[in-house]
Amino acid sequence: MRWIWIDKFIEFESGKRAVALKNVTMAEDHVHDHFPHFPMMPEALMVEAMAQTAGILVGQANGFKEKVILAKIRNAIFNHYVVPGDTILIEAEIESIANEAASTTGKITCGEKLIAEISLMFSHIDQNIAGKKFPEENFVMTDLFEIVLRDLAMSGRAK
Amino acid sequence: MAMSRDEIFQEVKEVLIDALGVDDDEVTSDATLMGDLGAESIDFLDIVFRLEKAFEVKIAREELFPIENIMSNQDFVKDGKLTKAGLAEMKEKMPHTDFASFEKDPDINKLGDLFTVDSIVNYVETKLN
Repeated sequence: MRWIWIDKFIEFESGKRAVALKNVTMAEDHVHDHFPHFPMMPEALMVEAMAQTAGILVGQANGFKEKVILAKIRNAIFNHYVVPGDTILIEAEIESIANEAASTTGKITCGEKLIAEISLMFSHIDQNIAGKKFPEENFVMTDLFEIVLRDLAMSGRAK
Repeated sequence: MAMSRDEIFQEVKEVLIDALGVDDDEVTSDATLMGDLGAESIDFLDIVFRLEKAFEVKIAREELFPIENIMSNQDFVKDGKLTKAGLAEMKEKMPHTDFASFEKDPDINKLGDLFTVDSIVNYVETKLN
């Protein structure tokens, strides 16, 4: 299993908003580990899915020059379970962005159902931790994410 | 946007309740952000973003919380304390802050105590009027 919690982007408006999609399947280990005999997607992983969607949106806004990391969950409200067979949409919007950080708001929906509302803060670590050295490579934006974005570019849905 | 000091305080209070997850009655004028309200470094940026939204103003983080620029300058910090030059710089950069008790022992570990609810209200008041 790989640490990537979105399958593809279906909308991408640079510096503003992005919508990613994830299909939740019975084949994924994580759905079986939360409650015995009740397969569901753990809420913490929905936060991670939002962090990946919003994090890529924030990273892309600066041309992926900064190392963007999740720094704070400002707010997370969950209304419904996500179970195998569900397709969830993860919508993220940039609320504020500065040199050192960004804040985002967003929601996760499944059809008409509002599953969750999640608001996050991201930090640009190079701007914040004086004197500490980080690896040159952008460890947050891995090859896997590039594939997800490339798919979006080819489909012509990116703005 | 003309606002009274009390209106500003109420709005700042809302911002801090949301940003730090604290209770209404914890946010008093003299409460310190770090010591009393448990703010960490990322929270300061969260507070800046929320203040910008609440008061519809642009705030540079180093204007409201100029601590990092001062700490990284060797002329301003010596043996864990702020030098005279450092203190003068802080006062100039943070006119909205009360330095009376910090000045007696300018230990850098106590810098956090300078950021009080009142100092934010003062800052916003100057910014708006």
